[in-house]
Amino acid sequence: MTFYATKLKNLQTSLYKNQGQINAIIAVKNYIDTNYETDLNMDLLSKIQLVSKYHLIRLFKKYYGLTPRQYLINKRIEKSKEYLVAGMTVTKTCYAVGFTSLGSFSTLFKTKTGETPGQFRKEQLSRKE
Amino acid sequence: MKITIMSIPVLDQEKAFKFYTEKLGFIKKLDTPLEGGNRWLTLVSPEWQDGPELLLEPAPNHFEPMKVFQNALMDAGIPWTQFDVEDVQAEYDRLIGLGVQFSMKPTEMGTWKVAVFNDTCGNNIQLIETL
Repeated sequence: MTFYATKLKNLQTSLYKNQGQINAIIAVKNYIDTNYETDLNMDLLSKIQLVSKYHLIRLFKKYYGLTPRQYLINKRIEKSKEYLVAGMTVTKTCYAVGFTSLGSFSTLFKTKTGETPGQFRKEQLSRKE
Repeated sequence: MKITIMSIPVLDQEKAFKFYTEKLGFIKKLDTPLEGGNRWLTLVSPEWQDGPELLLEPAPNHFEPMKVFQNALMDAGIPWTQFDVEDVQAEYDRLIGLGVQFSMKPTEMGTWKVAVFNDTCGNNIQLIETL
């Protein structure tokens, strides 16, 4: 066994020993992946997994390195890029990925990608020509 | 400041270019000749061509400590870097079919699944899937 394999094995027994907990958090992540466009909130997620909201947020961050909310936003932005590349309008895209305010969608998109959704869409469409 | 590039030290740029494009499936972005037959050679992911570029750097041939460091990582089985994939098992099966050698088979690690292969240019590379 290599040095690296041994180190990973140690991690498995120290950090990843609670498989039940891991499965529950993976289930939450999968739920976000398939329902990102709906009105998701942590109360709902914690009900599904039968844990308190704050415990859920803490565990999610422990295993994925970011909060469920941050994960959801990244997911929505990533999906919105796909829609914009396909030619969907900015407004339609905003609602299609689950944002309810055009202003906050544009601001988040710009923070994450460096461009507004409109600029991004225009650039992508002009490339196709 | 923007992060746009990451480099991988390779013993042979042409051999690395073939491995990273033909087996891993990356595509060429920049190829500029430098002195002494060296090249500024970068690749991108086909599905993310605006994404970060991978620089295949001939450093181990020109800077001895790099070679020492690279060899030490290789011997310890430590990956130089990792690439994200949708499905580690499927990539493992595909690469095994192409004759790529793995030092670690697909292994679940909490919320991740990883596997490690030899890039034939002096490095271990890890594939990672988010579960």
